[in-house]
Amino acid sequence: MATTLIDEDGVLGLADAPSRNMNMIEAINDALDIMLSHDPSVVIMGEDVGYFGGVFRATAHLQEKHGKNRVFDTPISECGIIGAAVGMGAYGLRPVPEIQFADYIYPGLDQLISEAARLRYRSAGEFIAPMTVRSPFGGGIFGGQTHSQSPEAIFTHVSGLKTVIPSTPFDAKGLLIASIEDNDPVIFFEPKRIYNGPFSGYYDKPVEPWKNHPDSKVPEGYYAIPLGKARTVREGDALTILTYGTMVHVSAAVAKEKGVDAEIIDLRTLVPLDIDAIEASVEKTGRCLIVHEATRTSGFGAELSALVQERCFYHLEAPVERVTGFDTPYPHSLEWAYFPGPVRIGEAIDKILEA
Amino acid sequence: MADTPNGRGKAGHNRPELHFHVPEPKFRPGDAVDFSYIKVSEPGAQARPDEMCDPIETQSLVNDLVRVLGDDNRAHGPWDPKLDPDTLRKMLETMALTRAFDERMYRGQRQGKTSFYMKCTGEEATSVAAAMALANDDMVFPSYRQQGILIARGYPLVEMINQIYSNRGDKLKGRQLPIMYSSRPHSFFTISGNLATQTPQAVGWAMASAMRGDSRIAATWVGEGSTAEGDFHAACLFAAVYNAPVILNVVNNQWAISSFSGFAGGERATFAARGLGYGIASLRVDGNDALAVYAATQWAADRARSNGGPTLIEHFSYRAEGHSTSDDPSQYRSAQERSEWPLGDPIMRLKDHLIAIGEWDEERQEALDLACAEKVKAATKDAEKNGVLGHGMHHPFHTMFEDVFEELPWHLEEQAAQAIRERKIKWPQR
Repeated sequence: MATTLIDEDGVLGLADAPSRNMNMIEAINDALDIMLSHDPSVVIMGEDVGYFGGVFRATAHLQEKHGKNRVFDTPISECGIIGAAVGMGAYGLRPVPEIQFADYIYPGLDQLISEAARLRYRSAGEFIAPMTVRSPFGGGIFGGQTHSQSPEAIFTHVSGLKTVIPSTPFDAKGLLIASIEDNDPVIFFEPKRIYNGPFSGYYDKPVEPWKNHPDSKVPEGYYAIPLGKARTVREGDALTILTYGTMVHVSAAVAKEKGVDAEIIDLRTLVPLDIDAIEASVEKTGRCLIVHEATRTSGFGAELSALVQERCFYHLEAPVERVTGFDTPYPHSLEWAYFPGPVRIGEAIDKILEA
Repeated sequence: MADTPNGRGKAGHNRPELHFHVPEPKFRPGDAVDFSYIKVSEPGAQARPDEMCDPIETQSLVNDLVRVLGDDNRAHGPWDPKLDPDTLRKMLETMALTRAFDERMYRGQRQGKTSFYMKCTGEEATSVAAAMALANDDMVFPSYRQQGILIARGYPLVEMINQIYSNRGDKLKGRQLPIMYSSRPHSFFTISGNLATQTPQAVGWAMASAMRGDSRIAATWVGEGSTAEGDFHAACLFAAVYNAPVILNVVNNQWAISSFSGFAGGERATFAARGLGYGIASLRVDGNDALAVYAATQWAADRARSNGGPTLIEHFSYRAEGHSTSDDPSQYRSAQERSEWPLGDPIMRLKDHLIAIGEWDEERQEALDLACAEKVKAATKDAEKNGVLGHGMHHPFHTMFEDVFEELPWHLEEQAAQAIRERKIKWPQR
């Protein structure tokens, strides 16, 4: 993989850096630990993130190491968490609030949409909200409708917010460090289905741990992956698959199983979007499939589909297809009927290739 | 839902019929106003607990009214801040300047120089006296009716007017609705049009100040109507949980556009009492008594600065004018309310106090009012050199796309190019 890292001392190749295997939780914890050490303005707050270390353990031992002034628990009040983070940002801190589940973020939306996202604009740069809101999102863990949602399109629709979604431990660490350093508010959604291992989409197969995956080799120390740059997971000529989060792994597994020479683009950042990578790939393959777990109508796939149509129309040899979750709440017992897994993706690939 | 066709529960049950309560103000247009139901406490009769007291020791003060200035125009009791005459005159001058500014800006809006304006007539003390009791670098998170803070902190009037006109001199680049000021150098947070959002932000700022071992505190202002928002309750909760060095000011001016304070729960409990419920020291203050406002703010600031934690102050006042230039209060409340308001006018009361103690007279007041009007007029002329709203003297088109993010992403660059292209078609002469 040709990824380059921006190191404190310049540019560093992945292969050169000392590294160790991490799952996504460990990579996130490592990024937070490094940023707490590097930058005294970084503070972490959220429900259960302090002494306990977070319900998913993402903040384990950070309070112990960095103290209660830097890592602390909050009341169960997302409005208060985000509102206080806006004030802390105005003071000059760089807060990293955790919203325990993306499904819980809605009480904080006014503070995110009307406040954090608009401070720089409305004050002409006098005040900014350099916060990174971390939140586990997505389904596949039997979380039912209130612990499985993928609300990223709500945030991509808001001018002034950046939306970042990693798909590997390596990316999670580098993108989280870049997000915390970014001077704009960033929504950092962590696909919780792949916290502990990549997921092929076959819910009935044993879970594979991250340690067998090349991208679980995470460099130690500081590195940042620039926001707005997509990652080519796999090069191919038959069709382009635009995807992010958990669905990167599901899409790759389906393409491999079907023996399709797909080019898979992991968007990594939805806003700002790496439009150059999208255009280059679709112009090459002439066929485009968009895969996300979120509901279909007005999902981010609609935006991607429109952009591809507007910018690559004369290169297209087939209609752009979307594979998404259904437009229903995430059902508990029928989770695997809902999930946009191998069957739905496989059918869409066939349709595009037959066109 | 209904078990029986008439919806009154199961047949045979003898339960009373329920009644739905919708609050209704005492007086509507045309009604004779009698405010005798408002309990006006005796000036000087309220105890002043120690600044570091347990919040529960403020219990008697959440239903009382801290008052200093009496009908004899003298200062009374333990809350008298005992300010020197120069400070009192400065307070009077700042309040008078704020009122003169409001008068002229209101007329400017009526003359079509801008789209919108909001006066604070009758509520000047709640911002001016409070600001004077704070340090100038204490961070304030105001609502939209605290122009008195900016004026008290010496923000140039011409900058305020540039903002109101959204002209090419507007430091906010014409992006914000008039009066939504921002000035970091004056420790004045950017005003939001979304209500009460500033309250948890002020608490967050105060938490940060405490985390850093700073000595500055935060203060926020919110209308009584906006305390209904969840943000206010989050603010109270976070302030209490983290014992944050913050002052939560609730300006109870009785009216939220056309909704009286009953729609924010004012019929059931005072707004100060809400603070006590969270374990926050809380004071209910005569908001038209500048000395009481000053004293309460000083008490709360001392408490916050000494790590005693937050204070909620309800400023009991009256919105003498409409909500904004878009509002006509004669449609929903009695015009007599203003003249019958039992707590008088804050500027008149402070003026009368200064005269009573031999430090002011009517001639000087007349000269002050004239000087304030002249000062505002001069600033208005200066600002008009930068244009008024809708006359083309705005910031360049490209600024519309700047500051959405720190750097312009490709999609905004593309949209900026389109706006500039459209400009050549829509306004070819420019």
